[in-house]
Amino acid sequence: MSAPTLEALGLTHTFAAGTPSEQLALQDVDLIMEPRSWVVVLGANGSGKSTLLNAIAGSLIPDRGTVRVSGRDVTHWHEWRRSALIGRVFQSPATGSIGHLTVAENLAVAAKRGRHRAVLRNPLSRAGRRELADRVRELGLGLEDRLDTPVGALSGGQRQALTLLMATLVRPELLLLDEHTAALDPRSTEQVVQLTEQIIRKEGFTTLMVTHSMHQAVTLGDRVILMHRGRIVESISGARKRQLRVEELLASFDRLRNADLVDESAAEMLRRLYI
Amino acid sequence: MNLLVGALSIGFLLSLLTLGVFITYRVMGRLDLTTDGSFGLGAAVAAALLAHGVNPILATVAAAAAGWLAGATTGLIYVLLGVDTLLAGILVTTALYTIQLYIMGGGNLSLGALQTLPGAAERLWFALHLPESITLGDTSVRAGLFSSLLVFVAWVLFSIWVLARFLRTELGLALRAAGGNAQASRALAIDTGLMVTLGLLLANGLVALAGALFAQYQGFANVSMGIGQIVSGLACLVLGEGLLGRATLRRQILGTLFGTITFRLLVALALVAGLPADALKLSTAVFVLAALVIPGVIARGRRRLGPAAGRP
Repeated sequence: MSAPTLEALGLTHTFAAGTPSEQLALQDVDLIMEPRSWVVVLGANGSGKSTLLNAIAGSLIPDRGTVRVSGRDVTHWHEWRRSALIGRVFQSPATGSIGHLTVAENLAVAAKRGRHRAVLRNPLSRAGRRELADRVRELGLGLEDRLDTPVGALSGGQRQALTLLMATLVRPELLLLDEHTAALDPRSTEQVVQLTEQIIRKEGFTTLMVTHSMHQAVTLGDRVILMHRGRIVESISGARKRQLRVEELLASFDRLRNADLVDESAAEMLRRLYI
Repeated sequence: MNLLVGALSIGFLLSLLTLGVFITYRVMGRLDLTTDGSFGLGAAVAAALLAHGVNPILATVAAAAAGWLAGATTGLIYVLLGVDTLLAGILVTTALYTIQLYIMGGGNLSLGALQTLPGAAERLWFALHLPESITLGDTSVRAGLFSSLLVFVAWVLFSIWVLARFLRTELGLALRAAGGNAQASRALAIDTGLMVTLGLLLANGLVALAGALFAQYQGFANVSMGIGQIVSGLACLVLGEGLLGRATLRRQILGTLFGTITFRLLVALALVAGLPADALKLSTAVFVLAALVIPGVIARGRRRLGPAAGRP
């Protein structure tokens, strides 16, 4: 029995601790992902879903908790070092690739994720370029003819598709997608979602995907977790996930919102009683 | 004509300084004030070693290595101590002033009678029985000027070639990536702190090399010769970008060479036309400010005038 791909245990983090704007972003969150599983994280703004992803990727070191990837304790690893195991696509198309480098150069950089980068080797020799062109052709976006175009000149959808390829060019143990279609127009969103599904299903990548699209949460992945106020409040998998409908998720969200209202009215009542 | 050949020599050797500024300012996206310090350091190290009778090639290489150390120091202060590179550069440059005084044993070191690179080149020139002077137009140019121009051209073209090759290797690409987008680079498993240090190291090596060659060209090293070099490097950089654009790496690298040569020719012309030498640094600073600001002002003006403006 191999170790789970991801074991995030007891993750707790407070932003701006000790100040009036203190915000508890993660409260004792546990998340365990088996190899080849695909978990979709859903939650309102500020529910802690991006913080969870950042804590796993290492862009944020949580106050408490441990992160293990494929059995390795990476809690104290730098973000760049963790990236040898983790592939990432960000929300903004500008974040995940290097705008002033060409498509070929970006791919060449990505092809060495977690590997030795040689001092003398030119990765864009004729053979190297041909290999990269073959990989980029699989995306079906015609980028193989634009290898020498700066990535900054691509459309948002093309750039996210390229970033997805870059994140998976070296097989990642874990793939993190942080609302990677949120900044795209509907047509590009559809394209990128299709591509995402195709790549993940074909290669069997273990994937943790944050989204605020209920439609994506229903149609993609094999487990949905709902986050609210820094906690995982619901986890839907198996047959229930397969039959999940958007209405059911909406109902869950309404329940959470009502619970908040109850909390607030209770607090208001207490204030009136005691002040 | 002597002035022209001289300006060409200075243009070639100072293009290494511009190349250093290009690496930090454009490739790494950081203004590195270590530049001023390492230029003077390169000059001081080369001069002191030459004064001890060290072979000029060895002394020049040692000067570049001293520049690497200076750049790496700035980088490590940033990475290990978390001090911003701008402040780290100022600190290192300030410290280097004292170090230069120690190295040279004073504020000034003359290379008059010493064996230098241009001197060696001149001796080689005569050993090959080449003519003592060459007539260009209606003036004759001393052979020494030509031989030193050739030796600078050789050093500089070799350095540019090595750097251009390096920036296309796997490590070189990682360096450019880290300078262009640190977040994406970390997500692609690039140690961005290490890359910043490497960039500063390379850049300051080139700058120190320029300082070493410049001291040998003018025949002395001075503790204050690094002051303002970053501004003159920036001037040459933006001039080169104006001439060749920023479309490709090749254009950018060649731009540093052409920009520096053009700038030095302009300086020579200005001096001939009667610009007092004391006014040079002020003029250069004004030029850099104008070159950096004016394109933005023009673009804003066009936007304000509406989409039709700027079309024929």
